[in-house]
Amino acid sequence: MIPAPFDYVRPGSLDEAVTALADAGEDAKVLAGGQSLLPLLRLRLAYPSTLVDIGRVPELKGVRDEGDHVFIGAMTTHDEVLHSDLVRAECPLVALATATVADPAVRHRGTFGGALAHADPAGDLPAVAVALDMRMVARSRDGEREIPAAGFFVDYLETALGPGEILAGVRVPKLGPGWGFHYEKFHRTAQAWAIVGVAAAVRRSNGTIEEARIGLTNMATRPLRAAAVEQAVRGLAVTDTAALRGAAAHAAENTDPPSDLHGGPDYRRHLAQVLTHRALMAAAAA
Amino acid sequence: MPQITVTVDGITHEVEVEPRLLLVHLLRDRLGKTGTPIGCDTSNCGACTVLMDGKSVKSCSVLAVQADQSDILTIEGLSTDGTWHPLQKAFHEEHALQCGYCTPGMIMASLDLLRENPAPDDDAIRKGLEGNLCRCTGYCNIVRAVRRAAAEMSGREVSAT
Repeated sequence: MIPAPFDYVRPGSLDEAVTALADAGEDAKVLAGGQSLLPLLRLRLAYPSTLVDIGRVPELKGVRDEGDHVFIGAMTTHDEVLHSDLVRAECPLVALATATVADPAVRHRGTFGGALAHADPAGDLPAVAVALDMRMVARSRDGEREIPAAGFFVDYLETALGPGEILAGVRVPKLGPGWGFHYEKFHRTAQAWAIVGVAAAVRRSNGTIEEARIGLTNMATRPLRAAAVEQAVRGLAVTDTAALRGAAAHAAENTDPPSDLHGGPDYRRHLAQVLTHRALMAAAAA
Repeated sequence: MPQITVTVDGITHEVEVEPRLLLVHLLRDRLGKTGTPIGCDTSNCGACTVLMDGKSVKSCSVLAVQADQSDILTIEGLSTDGTWHPLQKAFHEEHALQCGYCTPGMIMASLDLLRENPAPDDDAIRKGLEGNLCRCTGYCNIVRAVRRAAAEMSGREVSAT
């Protein structure tokens, strides 16, 4: 299968990139690692007039410590994220979820920013983004703006990025001591998309859960926070399996899971509860 | 049309390509490197895996223009002076293929795996090859072959199991 024809530009800087994107008009598309976009083009599910390839924009690469947060450049590949000591030390949940993205070859090309800007509700990183309240840095010809993760994911494959905006990077808040993390993913084969996934961060003190952040993958057309679970879990003992199961039973509240050949909404609601329990247990013990 | 420069199996090519040309089509149709097959064409199966600047990629999911100025290694560039690479030998000796369609991708993905982890256990081998599908169900022998090649490449004795 061969994509439909398109024009191609490869800017060498972020300024050039936002100019190229603005000049190319509203049917242009940004090409990051291409691991989601190229299959779409090959299946002729997308017909961009122009691809703006940001693969050689140096400002978009790399991971930096910026005090109270870690900045991850949008074009940092999943593989580079996994190999970043800074990410592993300060954003373990990002590393845990990234390790489950697709397979090694895809992780060599696919990028952190691309996976977020693609906004597939079955993708693993959007749920982590909302769980950790990441801040998305968007660049356009008019300058830079920050979009909180909670407002970034609008709908299926749709973000708050405007037509002339490029996701330049993401600010991942450092959570500090006392937190445990886990990403629990249920999928049919090793490299497949999540049928349901749960990103959990749990702050413990003296054997009690003080605060939890739970992100849900593929339980709606965008990633969700399991707010009812986060409330119910406060004050529970980290080892109280039954109580944690009870809290996790709220995981499907206010969700709108999709139906596809892997399962219907009821199945996914059940999965969300089971996986949230597992994720809580693992994060509380981590 | 964009002009790109790619080095494939040690030979540098300057070619004009349509932007929509996929790397795998450049390799097979323009450069005659038919050792790299196209399997699923949806980036699931890994049959078209090659190394790009030393790292495994699925060449059906990379545009030729994205490979500009890169160094590509395909299965055809693996042997030296007619001598098989330890992975090729091990796949042969362990009967790690039946129809052989997935083999080029399996071997290239294994090469990448051994670069990261020269002495992987079975679990690490299975995880490292999670992006490569074999439909003849030959995974047990494939895992054995990778273990054997790993041992040979690091000069260790091949274990019998």
